[in-house]
Amino acid sequence: MSIDVSARAAEHSAGLDEPLAILDPSGARHANAVLDGQLSDVDETALTDLYVDMALARRVDQEAFALTRQGELVLWPPSLGQEAAQVGSGRALRETDFVFGSYREHALAVLRGVTFRELLAVWQGTTQSGWDPQAYRMATPQIIIGAQTLHATGYAMGLRMDGADDVAIAYLGDGAMSEGDVNEAMVFASTFRVPAVFFCQNNHYAISEPVRLQSASPLAARATGFGIPALRVDGNDVLAVLAATRIALQRARRGGGPTFIEAVTYRIGPHTTTDDPTRYRDDEEVAQWRGKDPIDRLERHLAQNGARVDQIREEAQVRCDQAARDLRTAVTTGEMPRAETIFDHVYTTPTVRISEQRAQHLAFEASIEGES
Amino acid sequence: MTETLPLGKAIGRALGDALAEDEKVVLLGEDIGKLGGVFRVTDGLQQQFGEARVIDSPLAESAIVGTAIGMAYRGYRPIVEIQFDGFMFPAFDQIVTQLARLHYRTAGRVRMPVTVRIPYGGHIGSVEHHAESPESYFAHTPGLRVVTCSSPQEAYSTMRAAIASDDPVIVFEPKAKYWGKGDVDTSVVRDLDTATVLTRGRDVTVACYGPTVQTALDAAVAASDEGIELEVIDLRSISPVDIDTVVDSVRRTGRLVVAHEAPAEASVSSEVVANVVERAFDALNAPPERVTGYDTPYPPSALEGHYLPSLDRILDAVDHVLGRRSSRSELALTGGAR
Repeated sequence: MSIDVSARAAEHSAGLDEPLAILDPSGARHANAVLDGQLSDVDETALTDLYVDMALARRVDQEAFALTRQGELVLWPPSLGQEAAQVGSGRALRETDFVFGSYREHALAVLRGVTFRELLAVWQGTTQSGWDPQAYRMATPQIIIGAQTLHATGYAMGLRMDGADDVAIAYLGDGAMSEGDVNEAMVFASTFRVPAVFFCQNNHYAISEPVRLQSASPLAARATGFGIPALRVDGNDVLAVLAATRIALQRARRGGGPTFIEAVTYRIGPHTTTDDPTRYRDDEEVAQWRGKDPIDRLERHLAQNGARVDQIREEAQVRCDQAARDLRTAVTTGEMPRAETIFDHVYTTPTVRISEQRAQHLAFEASIEGES
Repeated sequence: MTETLPLGKAIGRALGDALAEDEKVVLLGEDIGKLGGVFRVTDGLQQQFGEARVIDSPLAESAIVGTAIGMAYRGYRPIVEIQFDGFMFPAFDQIVTQLARLHYRTAGRVRMPVTVRIPYGGHIGSVEHHAESPESYFAHTPGLRVVTCSSPQEAYSTMRAAIASDDPVIVFEPKAKYWGKGDVDTSVVRDLDTATVLTRGRDVTVACYGPTVQTALDAAVAASDEGIELEVIDLRSISPVDIDTVVDSVRRTGRLVVAHEAPAEASVSSEVVANVVERAFDALNAPPERVTGYDTPYPPSALEGHYLPSLDRILDAVDHVLGRRSSRSELALTGGAR
């Protein structure tokens, strides 16, 4: 019987041999039997919006990277190269769907409306969570690899109990695929047939470890073993990602259970600002992936379609420049939290112990001030 | 309403009452449905409330806790069962890195009203990983409330309070006491912060919790035959531990014995003794004593009687803090002391 489930999952899977794609690196559009039906509404305006979203995501990333180098942020995990994976999937969601991200999903956060100050406060080291998860329907950054896939699954169990047709989407990386939690999440999601999407951005490296160290087979192929249909797409092709995510979301909303998406992409930059990727990968490989750039690709496609690319680029530039200014302001005007906030929200009502430690700390601080 | 129930049934009653009162309460765990749990604590609940609310889960402890966290994001109040104390470690990561700190991490914007039930402790004559007392790991983790119980009444009231709490609560259920009967008044409520004084006595304070409480009460009866009065305190709440009640008692008795099944090193007894020394050093007439499991792995069950705090070991510690002849004084006389 379990073989049937896995066979059925395999039947609804696609791209396991060769990732599904719509746009090739030259910008030319190719027919794709699985994905094309999802893109009938995507006109030039929609393409332009996707282009601007990706450009904005890239600029936010670049500015934050620079701010880290300037000592304004303590750390930054760059998302350069992964714009299509994040924007394509993020634009497929509706507002009431809930996003459980990892720590590199900056574009998702921006698309959800998280402000720059809220986005950057974590990386400034002034808070562990800049935004309200319930307000934006997006959990705050998750550092423990793969932990969020269980939260998304549990949220989706709740959605199912509520009879809601929203979806929980979990973002994870290729390294997370080796974690027990991710595998447990797939067991639960499949068994309880919950409205969840596992969106794996295979960016080829878990810090220094190449994806072949995590898996001997395509990551997406694993999902079918759990009875979960999988779609493997070119993660640098925003249209392919958008279409695949729409398929997964529709399946979930109709009660068809979870879907696994592997977006095959590449982390052009380092793992974080403290990493040195020259130690573990060669320039040739990076150059090869630069040639598959998601933004250039869409720009070429727009040009081939006769769109006024200069104008679109200019429009994006204006938005990006404004974002860069706003981002800088957000960082430089961010406030240092008061010391005693250390003691806030450990429990919903403070325990005697924490209240005592708070009082002791304040008395200690006051005594120091009294001396100086 | 008062009824006589075994402790395990009292917990089951608390779960059933919570399920009946609040549709957001759901149960999740291995074998809790049709089987009613390996200890039958959840017996009949799935029949009564359906498979959607009393959920038999796949065998994956991290997922049991991790999905409960997701459900809490969605507004549910999940109660999860980890089948045995020794099986909680796969779930440890989700408990300490996620459940315990999501409220803090989100600056209070997310609440995690999740109850984690762990049958714990020894004296059931089982094999490895079925008799441990891992409460200190959780007591060391900020953001968790850690509680236990020692009687059917306490079991009922503790479980109801845990479920009602908006903080995550780890409930350690003394599995060897599941079958011990007592009166349960379902209208009795408790907080999750305070200890209770079970017997008043002028000579020695004995602080304990969970399965060790009955042993201490038995020791109090035995000691009274010799004219010694023990003040037995059931700590109930392991974190936060109610030091005020212990200190008040020690100020009256001047002597302290702390007893539990877990190993002594970096344990609840370490915490209680340290706090009492900090706050009531002047009131102590003797160094405090600890009667605990030894700092070894839990032994094979044939030897657990030697490992667990027994009535005689508690009385021996009482003798020692009173300056009477005890095994410790013998050890000192033979030159074996450190």
